[in-house]
Amino acid sequence: MSLAKITQVKGLALAVPGDDIDTDRIIPARFLRCVTFDGLGEHAFRDERTGPDGVDRPHPMNSDQAKQSSIMVVGFNFGCGSSREHAPQSLWRFGFKAFVGGSFAEIFFGNSTTLGVPCVTLSKDDLAQLSDFVQKNPTIEVTIDVEKLTVTAGDKSWKASIASSAREGLITGKWDPIADLLEGASKVEKTAGALVYVAKN
Amino acid sequence: MAKTLFQKVWDAHAVTQLPNGQSQLFIGTHLIHEVTSPQAFGMLRDLGLPVKYPHRTFATVDHIVPTNEIQEPYSDPIAQEMIEALRKNTKDYGIRFFDTNTGQQGIVHMVGPEQGITQPGTTIACGDSHTATHGAFGAIAFGIGTTQVRDVLATQTLALNPLKVRRIEVNGKLKPGVYAKDVILHIIRALGVNGGIGFAYEYAGSTFDNFSLEERMTVCNMSIEGGARCGYVNPDDKTFEYIKGRPFAPQAADWDASVTRWKSFASDSGCKYDDIKVYQAEDIRPTVTWGITPGQAIFIDEKMPALETLNAADRLTAEDAYKHMKLTPNTPIKGTKIDVAFLGSCTNGRISDLREVAKYLKGHKVKSSVKAIVVPGSMLTSIQAQKEGLDKIFIEAGFEWRGAGCSMCLAMNPDKLVGDQLCASSSNRNFKGRQGSQTGRTILMSPLMVAAAAITGEVTDAREVFQV
Repeated sequence: MSLAKITQVKGLALAVPGDDIDTDRIIPARFLRCVTFDGLGEHAFRDERTGPDGVDRPHPMNSDQAKQSSIMVVGFNFGCGSSREHAPQSLWRFGFKAFVGGSFAEIFFGNSTTLGVPCVTLSKDDLAQLSDFVQKNPTIEVTIDVEKLTVTAGDKSWKASIASSAREGLITGKWDPIADLLEGASKVEKTAGALVYVAKN
Repeated sequence: MAKTLFQKVWDAHAVTQLPNGQSQLFIGTHLIHEVTSPQAFGMLRDLGLPVKYPHRTFATVDHIVPTNEIQEPYSDPIAQEMIEALRKNTKDYGIRFFDTNTGQQGIVHMVGPEQGITQPGTTIACGDSHTATHGAFGAIAFGIGTTQVRDVLATQTLALNPLKVRRIEVNGKLKPGVYAKDVILHIIRALGVNGGIGFAYEYAGSTFDNFSLEERMTVCNMSIEGGARCGYVNPDDKTFEYIKGRPFAPQAADWDASVTRWKSFASDSGCKYDDIKVYQAEDIRPTVTWGITPGQAIFIDEKMPALETLNAADRLTAEDAYKHMKLTPNTPIKGTKIDVAFLGSCTNGRISDLREVAKYLKGHKVKSSVKAIVVPGSMLTSIQAQKEGLDKIFIEAGFEWRGAGCSMCLAMNPDKLVGDQLCASSSNRNFKGRQGSQTGRTILMSPLMVAAAAITGEVTDAREVFQV
């Protein structure tokens, strides 16, 4: 399987501030009543964006900036809660190809990486600067360099981090691990053969 | 060298190191349900791949199942489509499905233990973040996304990085009216909702030694609410006793060897942990959440925090929480009026939860303004409860007795809050909108505290209501 090498993500950025934004907020459970991921994009952050009366609420995702952005700048523990891949799928389908935050919930991070969507982290102070910058300069492009581990915007640049395995997978075009996992079939059988509970029943 | 259970299980299941530096880990047991699996089967079909070890994947249906409707087709056509997709997928690929007509359907994290599928020293993955529940048996169990469900179906392995291990010790005896739910809410309150990122939690100490397997499951279940993808308790005689005789338990001829093997996975004395935290059981009081994360919790007799006592980041989340919850900082939570009482979920929908509440419920009535529902987590739990006459006690007290499923924990089925109803809930998440209404409000608590709230119509101390 040949996948794109994701060394950089470039584009306008949208700041969605706040910590502990959970996957129920990113994609409410009622939209998980489906057998495909198609069409999830339009429901990203649905209940944050639209009030119970059906009227739009003031939320960054309702701005024109959101429609034009491919990078989301978030807070700490983004994507906590449920394992639903529907969460990164909905944001990806909305148009976001990368996230910059303080920290990410592990399952969300893994689900994003296997979609080829980098989740890079900045220090608390740097993240505050970036968030402030993109809010004040919505038309200036932000670049996430996954290879060099930097986030740059205008004449500013910050040092970014990402798990080394995710970085390696993204920049070598192996962010979907299925090919590597299939490759080791004989080794898998050896491991399985040594596990009594797998062989039995 | 002395090792933790986590390291031993990991080592026994590690296949190889992948080019990106991750481990390829064998997943001995794979559990699937209707919500996060259909897309994975779709990907498998697109790639033209078979299911590699179909006998090591087990399916059930839980999230979308209506709890007050037995007859199919369900009134929600999408729910019907999802259950039928799972029927087709399990049939096409030869996967065991604990369907609604087997009498063994239930929440996936109840079915595994009930069937004896959940065993010590094993790796368990499921497209559901509450998979750590199975860690109560000394398994390394964690939630995965749908693409990873595909990986497990196709290869029975996952690409993973190992976790650090934090030992969380709770010692001593819980006071009457204080439960496993209070223990885990207390731990999350102390360590934060993101404190567990990068860690597996090993729960230990005399309180856990004395816990039943069901109590251990309640705690392990909510590991993810503390940010830890995985949590476990070392296996002991109670663990083996629980498994013995269940359908997928080792047969008599293999029993002793199995127990010996299981014991060998327990953490060695003197093993190194990346972190250790110690708590005293006697310090824990009945705990309730007041906000929109499970870490925003207080003892029932405390006041909700004043905003000025919080740091800047916590304050922002708290302001959001108070606005959503329509609660006032620096006031008691006790006395807050509730509209709905929900007893159920993979956290607290087990037979011991129902027994404990039923023990105190006789002679009490649910307040007329409250809608109270009790949802056994599985059909087997429901049948057992009915054998013991527990259903009658609940119905007599004014609860609705429902069929098995996830119900109002995440409201992907007809059980939902309406408008800004406030729910006293034995479930695991108080996120905004979690219980099916955008403006709905959730207060997490133990099952007995839910019953006390149902009876008085307000958040209250179960110890006073029931003279515990």
